[in-house]
Amino acid sequence: MISHIWTVVWRDWMVLKRRLGRYILSRMVSPIFYLVAFGWGLGRNMTMTHGSYLDFIVPGIIALNSMNISFNAVGTPVNMSRLYHKTLEEYLLAPISAISYVIGKILSGILRGIISSAVIVVLATIFGAKLSLNGWFIVTLILNCAIFAALGLVAALYMNSHEEMSNFNIYILTPMSFLCATFFLPNQLPGLLHWIIEILPLTQASYALRQTSTSGGFPETALGIMIIYFVGLVWIGTRKMKQLQD
Amino acid sequence: MIEVSGLTKQFDVRTVLNCLNLSIDTGEIFGLLGPNGAGKTTTIRLLTMLTKPSGGIIRINGLSFEKNEQQIKSLLGIVPQHLNLDIELTARENLELHGRLHGIPTAERNRRITELLEFVELTDRSGDMVQTFSGGMKRRLMIARALLHRPKVLFLDEPTVGLDPQVRRRIWELVRHLASEGMTVLLTTHYIEEAQALCQRVAIIDKGHLIALDTPQTLCQGLGEYVVDWEENEQRHNKFFPNRVDAASYSASLTTTVIIRRSNLEDVFVELTGRKVVER
Ligand SMILES: Nc1ncnc2c1ncn2[C@@H]1O[C@H](COP(=O)(O)OP(=O)(O)OP(=O)(O)O)[C@@H](O)[C@H]1O
Ligand SMILES: [Mg+2]
Repeated sequence: MISHIWTVVWRDWMVLKRRLGRYILSRMVSPIFYLVAFGWGLGRNMTMTHGSYLDFIVPGIIALNSMNISFNAVGTPVNMSRLYHKTLEEYLLAPISAISYVIGKILSGILRGIISSAVIVVLATIFGAKLSLNGWFIVTLILNCAIFAALGLVAALYMNSHEEMSNFNIYILTPMSFLCATFFLPNQLPGLLHWIIEILPLTQASYALRQTSTSGGFPETALGIMIIYFVGLVWIGTRKMKQLQD
Repeated sequence: MIEVSGLTKQFDVRTVLNCLNLSIDTGEIFGLLGPNGAGKTTTIRLLTMLTKPSGGIIRINGLSFEKNEQQIKSLLGIVPQHLNLDIELTARENLELHGRLHGIPTAERNRRITELLEFVELTDRSGDMVQTFSGGMKRRLMIARALLHRPKVLFLDEPTVGLDPQVRRRIWELVRHLASEGMTVLLTTHYIEEAQALCQRVAIIDKGHLIALDTPQTLCQGLGEYVVDWEENEQRHNKFFPNRVDAASYSASLTTTVIIRRSNLEDVFVELTGRKVVER
C-alpha cells in the first residue's frame, strides 16, 4: 500500500518537477497583492490587540491560500482525468486499493500547498511581518492542506462537469476565503452566521495558525475539529472511489 | 478463462447489453464484432470492472469479481477504444507509472519498458511528452502499456484503428504469438479481415443481443461458401450458394457481369446485422 501511495505521488511529482520554477513564481502573485492591499495599504495604521494588522492577516492569508492551492491542485486535475482525459481509468484498472489513490492524491495536494505557503512566509517576512514558525504551526498547516486536498478529491469525484467544479470554488471556497477568520474575527458577525463560520475547518485553521505563530502553544480544539473533517472527507472520498463505475 | 452468463447492462431504461452468455478458453483469440453502438465497448468495460453489471455473472480464471477484485485486476491488460494516456508524462513515464501500479520490480520494469518501446518503435521518442505524439503513436504506446505487466487476459478494443498496414500486421503477429504462449485475447474490431485473420471464434452482437457465435469458417459455411456478386440498376446484389457449381449455374442465368468468390466474414456481418436493420 505504501508503494502504491508513493506511485500516485510520484506521478504528480514528475509533472510538478518539470515546471517547479514557473510554479513557484506563479504562486507569488496573489500573495503579493494581498500583502500590499491589506498589509501595507489598509493595515499600515491599524493595530489589533496583539500587534499590527499585517501580523494578524498573514496567518489568515496562509490559511486561505493553502486551502485554495491544495483544493485546486487535486480537484481540477482529478476531475479532468475522470471526465476528459480518462486517465483515472489507469488507476481504476490497476490492482491498487482506493485508499492508496486517495492518500496519494492528498499528499500531492499537501506538497503544493506547503510550497505555496513557504512562498508566502518568505514574502511576508520581507514585508516585515513577525511570524514565529514552530512545530504546531507546521502541523496545523499540513492538516489544513490535507483537509482541502481531500475536499478537492471528493468534489472531483462527485462533480460531473468542469463548470460544477468551478461552482464549487465560487460558492464554497471563495466565501470561506473571506469569512473564516482570515481578515477579521467572526465574533463581530451576527449570531447564526458566526456560529456557522465557527465550525468551518478554515476558521479553525486560521485560529490555530494565528495562535501558534504568535504565542506558540497547542491549539487542541482547532486541531480536533480539523482531524474530524479530514477523516470524514477521506472516508467519503475512498467510498466514492470504490464505487466509481458507470 | 472468461465465463459470462446472463450479463446484462442497462443505462437508465435503455438495455445496452441483453443477457450475454460467453465462454472463452485460455489461449483463445476471441473476436467481438458488431455495428456502432452494439455494446462491444460496454462488454469490455463490464469485464474489466469499469462498468457495473445490472445483472449476470462474470468469472475470470475461475474467480468472481466480488471477492477477488485486486487479484483479477492484475490478470487483465486493456487497450481501450479511447486514448487515455497521461499527456503530462513522457512515453517512458507512462509505462513506468503503469509498471509501478502493477508492482513490477524496478530492474524488471526498466527492462520490459525498453523492450516494449523497442517493439512499438517508440524508442527514439520515449523521452517526449505524449501530448506531442501522433494518434498511431499513442495507440502503439497503449498497446505496450497493456502488455507491460504480462497479463493473462488481454482486452483490445479496436486496437489497430489508425495504424498503418505494416504496424497493424506486426500487432497481429504479436497477438498470435502471445496467444500461443497462453494469453487469452478478446478483441473488438470494425476491420472484419482482422477478425478473420486472427480470431478462432467470433461473436456478433447487435443492439446488445448476441446474434451469432462460432468460428469464422462455420459462420461463412452457414451463409453459403460461395457468393455471386452482380450489379443491376446501379445496385449491388449478392446471393450465397453452398458450392461452386450452384453458384456458377446461377450466374450463367444472369445477363450482367458477375463475380464468383468465396464468402467471408464481412458477408456474414453484413447479412446478419444488415437484415436486422431492415426487418425492424
Ligand atoms: N455511460 C453511458 N451512459 C449511457 N449510455 C451509454 C454509456 N456508455 C455506453 N452507452 C450506450 O451503450 C450503447 C453501446 O455502446 P458501446 O460503446 O458499448 O458500443 P460499441 O459496440 O462499442 O460501439 P462502437 O463500435 O461505436 O465503439 C450505446 O447505445 C451507447 O449510447
Ligand atoms: Mg466501442
